[in-house]
Amino acid sequence: MLNIQSVDKVYPNGVRALDRVRLDVEQGEIVAIVGGSGCGKSTLLRLIAGLDPATRGAVEIDGETILSPHPCVGMIFQEPRLLPWLTVAGNVAFGISHLPLGKRDAIVGEVLLRVGLSDYADRWPRELSGGQAQRVAIARALAPRPKVLLLDEPFSALDAFTRASLHEHLLELWRALRPTLVLVTHDVEEAAYLADRVVVMRPQPGRISSTFELDLKRPRDRYSPELEAAKRRILNALDQSLRARSAGDELVPAAAI
Amino acid sequence: MSIMDAVQHRDAAAQAASPIPSTPAAKPRFGRTFVLGILLPVALALGWEIAVATGFAQGRLMPPPSRLFKTLYDLAITGELWRHIGATLARVLAGFALGTIVGTLVGAIAGASRLTKDIIDPTLQGLRSVPSIAWVPLFILWLGIFEESKIALIAVGCFFPVYLGVFGAISSVDRKTVEVGRMFRLSQFQLVRRILLPAILPAYVLALRQGLGLGWMFVVAAEFMGASEGLGYLLVDGQQLGKPDQILAAILTFAILGKITDGLLAAATAPFLTWQDAFAPKN
Repeated sequence: MLNIQSVDKVYPNGVRALDRVRLDVEQGEIVAIVGGSGCGKSTLLRLIAGLDPATRGAVEIDGETILSPHPCVGMIFQEPRLLPWLTVAGNVAFGISHLPLGKRDAIVGEVLLRVGLSDYADRWPRELSGGQAQRVAIARALAPRPKVLLLDEPFSALDAFTRASLHEHLLELWRALRPTLVLVTHDVEEAAYLADRVVVMRPQPGRISSTFELDLKRPRDRYSPELEAAKRRILNALDQSLRARSAGDELVPAAAI
Repeated sequence: MSIMDAVQHRDAAAQAASPIPSTPAAKPRFGRTFVLGILLPVALALGWEIAVATGFAQGRLMPPPSRLFKTLYDLAITGELWRHIGATLARVLAGFALGTIVGTLVGAIAGASRLTKDIIDPTLQGLRSVPSIAWVPLFILWLGIFEESKIALIAVGCFFPVYLGVFGAISSVDRKTVEVGRMFRLSQFQLVRRILLPAILPAYVLALRQGLGLGWMFVVAAEFMGASEGLGYLLVDGQQLGKPDQILAAILTFAILGKITDGLLAAATAPFLTWQDAFAPKN
């Protein structure tokens, strides 16, 4: 349902961030995009979101070309980006202000319940912890019922414990609502744990270098041998994609990812 | 108010009774701050009163508080004071309103795009370095010696802080916050109303208060230009007729009015800013 058709993105300063990237994502699928810094993974997400235009090629959702943010697409950024002048409930209701008040309140109550923050509806964003704020951001993105949810390194600023608990929250939401998830991350373990498919990108110019289908049943065990093996395969692919490029210039150690 | 006081007193009593020292986050009590703040002026006033009463000082050029208050009382009783306050207040408010409206509009236009900024801002920065009093002769030539030139001067004084506040606040709105609005497909108008306006509000309120403060400053200059009423007139009149008590009465009135109008502005805008994660100084 989400089709990325040979997309190029060249920035005004001449940097070729994306080069002939193709990707098709099925309805309800979880796709993780991993890669080193500067490989264009966030750029790709911004194209899907309609925040930036592609230089060549097109992104389509259900056959509709994305030129500006689409009503079926929600986005969760690396930072919560809550509006500090609105309460938690106000933030969650931000994208559904066109609905009648009663319906709006019902949806806000429901999504806050889903992210486990029902008691926080009247709090100000400044009163939340990092993990809580990111959960509010997830609730806000979910409120308009998006068919596609884009996540741009959404958990990278959180500690390992909070991150793991948010993984569970996200999977729970996905089980209930079945949105298509496209997740950009630099955490291979996160990608392997969450995704049905992991796309590895390589930089300069940003291209897809390999793709892994993970046929592991859910709920997954973070420490199962299958998951460990998948992780190792993805890490190897990442390593190679970076080495291939750096034959001449500086060597990027895999540890930098 | 009384309930709040009771609660605060009870809290204070509980804190005093408990062996644990009060938390640093405890709000400073209004009563204590007020007493601390008023201590110095009251002591100075009393000292001067006693010095004059005992013949230690003469008090001709610096009248003691009792004479000051008597002058103020006499002015109030005859209705003189209210006439002067009314005239000055009207000028300040008219100039402030004019300066604020123009400052807000021009600031918004300059902040709207790179192009408008490059066109508007350099000129205004140049004009800003002109001391506003320097406009006085020109305003008198253009607008005459009556109200118009006075209000124009006050408006110029209020304009710059408001312009700078709005322009600066708009250009510092976070692109990331604007992107949230774009993701929810807000129209240009909605983006302004739901993201830009709330985001610039704290800086805007500060700019308004600065503008109002400058308005009070410039009203004195304006009334020195020749006025038949107003607190500035009282100052000039007091100087020419050798009445320091009248000068001090006018100064005191300026202080009180300035504080009251600033307090009103702050109080009127406070409900919109409760969300702020501001730095709260500890007592």
